[in-house]
Amino acid sequence: MVRLVAFLVGLFFSGMLLLGLGDTVIKAIQEPEQPTAEHEFHETPVAVSFAHDGPFGKFDRGQLQRGLKVYSEVCAACHSLKLVAFRDFAALGYNEDQVKALAKAWKTEVPSVNPETGEAASRPAIPADKIPSPFANEVAARAANNNALPPDLSLITKARPDGTAYVYSLLMGYRDQAGYKNAEGKELLKEFPDAATPAGLHFNPWFANLNIAMASPIASDDLVTYDDGTKATKAQMAKDVSAFLTWSAEPKMENRKSAGWAALGFLIIFTVLAWMSYKTIWADKKH
Amino acid sequence: MSFPWAQEYKPQGAVSKWVDERLPLPRLVYNAVGAGYPVPRNLNYFWNFGVLAGVALVIQIVTGIVLAMHYYASVDGAFNSVEHIMRDVNSGWFIRYAHMNGASFFFIVVYIHIFRGLFYGSYKAPREMIWLLGVTIFLLMMATAFMGYVLPWGQMSFWGAQVITGFFSAIPVIGEPLRQLLLGGFAPDQAALNRFFSLHYLMPFVIAGVIILHIWALHIPGSSNPTGVSVKGEQDTVPFHPYYTAKDGFGLGVFLILFVAVTFFAPNMLGHPDNYIPANPLSTPAHIVPEWYFLPFYAILKAFTVDFSIPFTGIIIIEAKLMGVLAMFGSILLLFFLPWLDTSPVRSGHYRPLFRKFFWFGLIPSLALLTYCGGKPPYAQWVILSQIAAAYYFAHFLIILPIVSRIERPLPLPNSITEAVTGKPLETAAA
Repeated sequence: MVRLVAFLVGLFFSGMLLLGLGDTVIKAIQEPEQPTAEHEFHETPVAVSFAHDGPFGKFDRGQLQRGLKVYSEVCAACHSLKLVAFRDFAALGYNEDQVKALAKAWKTEVPSVNPETGEAASRPAIPADKIPSPFANEVAARAANNNALPPDLSLITKARPDGTAYVYSLLMGYRDQAGYKNAEGKELLKEFPDAATPAGLHFNPWFANLNIAMASPIASDDLVTYDDGTKATKAQMAKDVSAFLTWSAEPKMENRKSAGWAALGFLIIFTVLAWMSYKTIWADKKH
Repeated sequence: MSFPWAQEYKPQGAVSKWVDERLPLPRLVYNAVGAGYPVPRNLNYFWNFGVLAGVALVIQIVTGIVLAMHYYASVDGAFNSVEHIMRDVNSGWFIRYAHMNGASFFFIVVYIHIFRGLFYGSYKAPREMIWLLGVTIFLLMMATAFMGYVLPWGQMSFWGAQVITGFFSAIPVIGEPLRQLLLGGFAPDQAALNRFFSLHYLMPFVIAGVIILHIWALHIPGSSNPTGVSVKGEQDTVPFHPYYTAKDGFGLGVFLILFVAVTFFAPNMLGHPDNYIPANPLSTPAHIVPEWYFLPFYAILKAFTVDFSIPFTGIIIIEAKLMGVLAMFGSILLLFFLPWLDTSPVRSGHYRPLFRKFFWFGLIPSLALLTYCGGKPPYAQWVILSQIAAAYYFAHFLIILPIVSRIERPLPLPNSITEAVTGKPLETAAA
């Protein structure tokens, strides 16, 4: 009885799947999927290397400090970094006084309450504060940005596939759409005339739908002046801020890697000992 | 029950004796995983995975309890509380990554454990009850993992909850009320998050309870073995301790090395980037996918594309969506009937030439294909492959296996485990 019912159920499910298979094949032949501009012209992040790559990689403190400078002077005009506190900047190699000074000098103040009147007010940031957001709320952010919402950047390098390289590629990826060809030599506007970038958006093949609301944020060299004298080329700024945002998404990366090696070392010794005792105990037993 | 030659627990010293007379807990442990449990001497490394699954559950419970001390089940605060754990809690990043990857490793070892049972016929008499309890544990694990994935309240958490609870609305009449009952509202929101947290904390202990039954049921007939031949005498077995505690210790070391390598050096490899974006009910991700361990079932769900209807009348009896949901649940529930579908008296796949062909060239590729296609966008080529693989999956268990069991001529079995191991007949091979 069980086998009879099972046979019928199996026949039904497998049969419906094979009917569906026929249906899918017929549909795929009759109406083949049309290639889309996103599918054909979206680029995966370019290869870019960092000091923090690999299982032994450590952050380059100088690069993180330069990246913070790019973030605070360029990105922070629109993008929040809500999950990072000023005190966390100690990990970039700043001492306590420098962190205090950074917090105090931050362009946006921290929302607070006037202790006498109870009215909304603001005060300079202190190290314990999270980085204040450039806009009071989403409506204000959209109103100032042509109805686009600049995403929070705290986790951006973990929230995109291959995130660090993605941020770098996106920042360097603004192209002139007229005459743009991909690596296969296909010209975008010839293949997909409808894919012309709408007014108010900007063409960038590294963005998911090719058209991003953000104008190129580092369109020219020397937008910031680095304290360590590094020349602030576009590629240098893009790379430094990508490294900084990798740190902001994973501030404990160095602890993680060093703890990982310690754990692996311990476990390898444990496993070798366990293997030896296994072999010893079983020495007299054929199995 | 145990074999008559099982070693007996002899309390050493006055305290042990005193305890043994009042609450023989040490005796229970001795008989369960100590020298008092005789185990076939020929178990291969596939028999390590039951113990490893138990270890994985303990890792999940320990890390989970610590996480719950810092986690905040609120639609406004959940995402940030997870990031608080990652950034501000001492070693919180380790606890959280261990829990996150621990779930994946739990499924890896359980899948290998199930694979072992399927190939070596561990579900057959007299071990049906162990198998039934095992499938129950698997179902509970899936529910627990699903609810756990919702808790960080990222984009995939939210939309995964939306999609999975949406399955229930495919059920006629009671579907929509049932979905609302599950969620405590019309969409995943505070009520859903709170109850998922509550249940996610509860269910591991339910799983632990069913595992105790699973092990209890195992100790009635004792462990199976790669030949599938029953234990015939003392020479066929060794005491669990020290023989298999030593072997499991080595297996545990290898497991932990792999687990640590992923947790510390590629902690987000098995996750999805979208879950680092806070949940936003107004923005649907381009491509909603569940965690990797659900992908085969997700592929089965999506493989049903035509309604079951009376031809030429347009009367639909079962909609494709409902059929997908039924098939997805059915694909797991059918495992409950496996002991009665596979009627071959031979347990081990080693001695079943026809079974082995369907197993290696049918079932395993179709499961691999379903896992692969489940993560792909619904383009025709992936749908076609999942339809072929899913059709095979159901046919394998429900049609092919009963027929194979009937027509197959098994290879000759060894007379005993000892003979299989030593190559000598039983009488001369006293170990």
